Amino acid sequence: MKGLVPYLTGGIRPDWTRYLREYERNGATAIEIGLPFSDPILDGPTIQEASDRALRAGASVATILAEVAATKMTIPLIAMTYYNLVVHRGPELFCRELADAGITGLIVPDLPIDEAGALAAAAEKHGVDLTLLAAPTTQPDRLAEIARRSRGFIYAISVMGTTGERDQIAESGIRLAGELRRLTDKPVLLAFGISRPEHAAAAAGVCDGVVVGAALMRRILDGGTPEELGAVLGGFRRALDSVAV
Amino acid sequence: MSDLVLPAERVMAEPGELGRFGEHGGRFVPESLVPACARLEEGFREAWSDPSFHRDLERLLTVYAGRPTALTPAWRLSAELGITVLLKREDLAHTGSHKINNVLGQALLARRMGKTRLLAETGAGQHGVATATAGALLGLGVTVYMGEKDIERQALNVFRMKMLGAEVVPVTSGSRTLKDATSEAMRAWVTCLDEAHYCLGSVMGPHPYPWMVREFQRVIGDEARRQSAAELSTGIPDYVVACVGGGSNAAGTFAGFADTGARLIGVEAAGGAAVASGRTGVLHGFRSYLLQDENGQVSEAHSIAPGLDYPGVGPEHAYLNDIGRARYVTVSDEEVVPAVHRLARTEGILPALESAHAIAWVIRAAESGELPPFSTVLVTLSGRGDKDVATLMEAPAPTGAPAPTGAPVPTGAPVPTGAPAPMEAPALKEAPALKEEQ
Repeated sequence: MKGLVPYLTGGIRPDWTRYLREYERNGATAIEIGLPFSDPILDGPTIQEASDRALRAGASVATILAEVAATKMTIPLIAMTYYNLVVHRGPELFCRELADAGITGLIVPDLPIDEAGALAAAAEKHGVDLTLLAAPTTQPDRLAEIARRSRGFIYAISVMGTTGERDQIAESGIRLAGELRRLTDKPVLLAFGISRPEHAAAAAGVCDGVVVGAALMRRILDGGTPEELGAVLGGFRRALDSVAV
Repeated sequence: MSDLVLPAERVMAEPGELGRFGEHGGRFVPESLVPACARLEEGFREAWSDPSFHRDLERLLTVYAGRPTALTPAWRLSAELGITVLLKREDLAHTGSHKINNVLGQALLARRMGKTRLLAETGAGQHGVATATAGALLGLGVTVYMGEKDIERQALNVFRMKMLGAEVVPVTSGSRTLKDATSEAMRAWVTCLDEAHYCLGSVMGPHPYPWMVREFQRVIGDEARRQSAAELSTGIPDYVVACVGGGSNAAGTFAGFADTGARLIGVEAAGGAAVASGRTGVLHGFRSYLLQDENGQVSEAHSIAPGLDYPGVGPEHAYLNDIGRARYVTVSDEEVVPAVHRLARTEGILPALESAHAIAWVIRAAESGELPPFSTVLVTLSGRGDKDVATLMEAPAPTGAPAPTGAPVPTGAPVPTGAPAPMEAPALKEAPALKEEQ
C-alpha cells in the first residue's frame, strides 16, 4: 500500500487531536504533526498562518506532546519542526520527550546533513527516526548521502519553493523521486504541492507515498471539521489505491 | 591594555568550510538552499582572492561611495566629557550609512556570478536603499522585503527605494518587522536561485554571509585604524565602540582592531539585546544568541531604532563575547534620544538612531567614570539621522538640553577654548590638546 501522510499543525484547534483519529480511520499510514514555530522559513502562507494561530492559542511543544501522549494512536506519528525548538530543549531531551509521547519520527526542514550529527545521534538513542529532506537542487553525491543517512523514509521536496497548494506536480519532483529510488530501497515520500487526489495518483507511479499538508490545513483554517477532513483524506486514499503499481 | 592583545589569525579569522565562530555560525538552511550557499561561498572565495575584484570594488568605493570616510574628532563633546572622542563617519558614505560597503561588494559578486537580480530584506530601510542604489548602478533588478510596520516608520526610505527602481514588498506576517522580512526574503530566494542573489544586509544568515559581510565591512576598521594612527599620539584608541543590531558596522570596525589592545565595545538596544538577554538558538540559517520565550519561540525585539530591531546577533559577535575579546552593553531608548540631540548640538552631526546607541553609551560611560579621564574612544557613526527625523519629532525632547543659542558647555566641564573649527582643532597627535585644557 502506498504511504499517505497528512500533515497537521499541533494545537491548531482545541479539539485538534480529533483530526488524528479521523486521518487514521480514513487511510493515513502515518501522520506528520507540526510543532509550530514563530519563524517557519520553509512554509508558505497557509502553514505560516496555521502556526501563528496555534501559537496564539497557546500551543507549545509541551502542550502538544502531552495531548499526543493522551491520544492512543496505532499508526506512526512524525514530528515536524524547526531546529530552534530542538536547540532550545537540547537534542537529547527533545528526542526523549518525543519518544515518551509516542512519536517515532522527526523531520527538521532547516537542518541539512552537514549540521545534523548531534540530533541524529540523540534521535537514534531514543528510537526516533530522523528523516532527512532532499531537494531538486541536491547534487547526486549529496543525494546519496542523504539517502544513506535518512531514517524511516526520505522526504523528497518536489519543488524549489515553500509549502503550499499547486495546480500540478512539478516535473522536478518526479525527477527527484526517480533519482532517489535508484539510490536506495528506503521509501521515498513526495511532499510539497500534493493538493488533489489526482496529484497523489500521479505521484504514486514514481514514489512510495505522499505527504499532504497545505491542502488539508487550508480547509482546517476555513473551519473544516475533523469528520470533513477525514473524508477529504479518504479521497486521497482511494486515488492512491486506484493506481496499480 | 596589552593583556587583551590576541594574535590576528585567531580572532576575526576565516571561519572555515562550516562557517563556525566557536559554537556559533554554521549553515542551518533548508536543503533547497544548501547548493546556493555553497556556490556563493565558492564564488566569494574566488573573487576575494582575485586582485581584479578588489580593484573593481576599491574603485567603486572610492569614486562612487565616497571612501575613505572622514575620521572626525568630536571636539566639543570630547571637551564636555573629558575624553577624546573620534567619530568614524560612515554617515558620509553614499546613501548615508555603512550599508553601501557591503552592498557594492555583494552586487559586484552577484554580477560576477551571472545573477541578474538582487533580493534584500530591510528594517530601517538603509540596507534597502543601498541595495536599490547598487542595483541601479550595476543594472541589476532589486526586490526589497520590508515589514509593514517598518514601511510605516520609514516612509522616506521606502520612497527612496522606489525612486531608485526597486520593488518594495510589504511583509505582513509575524511582528511585521525585520525578522519577518528576513524570513520572507529567504522564502523568496528559494524560488529564484538561478537568477537572483540574496543580498543579506548584516553579519548574519547562513555561511558564508557572516564572514563575507564582515570582510566587505572591514574597510571601516582598516581605514579607522590608519586614521587613528595619524590622529592619536597613542596610535590606537583605548576603546572602539559601535552599535550592534545584526552587527555589521561593528564587525567591520572591530576587524580593523581585533589584533590590537583596543577594548571593543558593542552597544545593543536594550529591547533587542541578543547578547545580553538571549540564549543560544537557530534562526535565519545561523546559530547565535537569540531572544526567545520560555518555549523557544523567537521574541519580538523592540527598539526606537528600526535597524536594531532584530532578535538575533551575528554569530561572530556571540563568539567575541564568549572569548571576552569584545564586550556587549545595552542602551535604552530613553538614553538614545538625548544622545542624538547632544551630538547634533555639540558637533553639528545628526546621527541615525542606531548610531546614537554607541554615542549614548560613550556619554554614560564617560559621565559615570567607567571611561577613565583622557581615554581615547573611537565611535563608528554607522549612519545619518535624516531617516529618523519623524521619529525624533514625536519623541519628547530631552530635558535640560542646551538652548540652541548661547554657551552650551556645562559648568565644570573642560572648556574647549577657541572655536572648534577644524583649522584650529586640537592637535590630538601632539597633546592631545583637549587634555591640556583640563
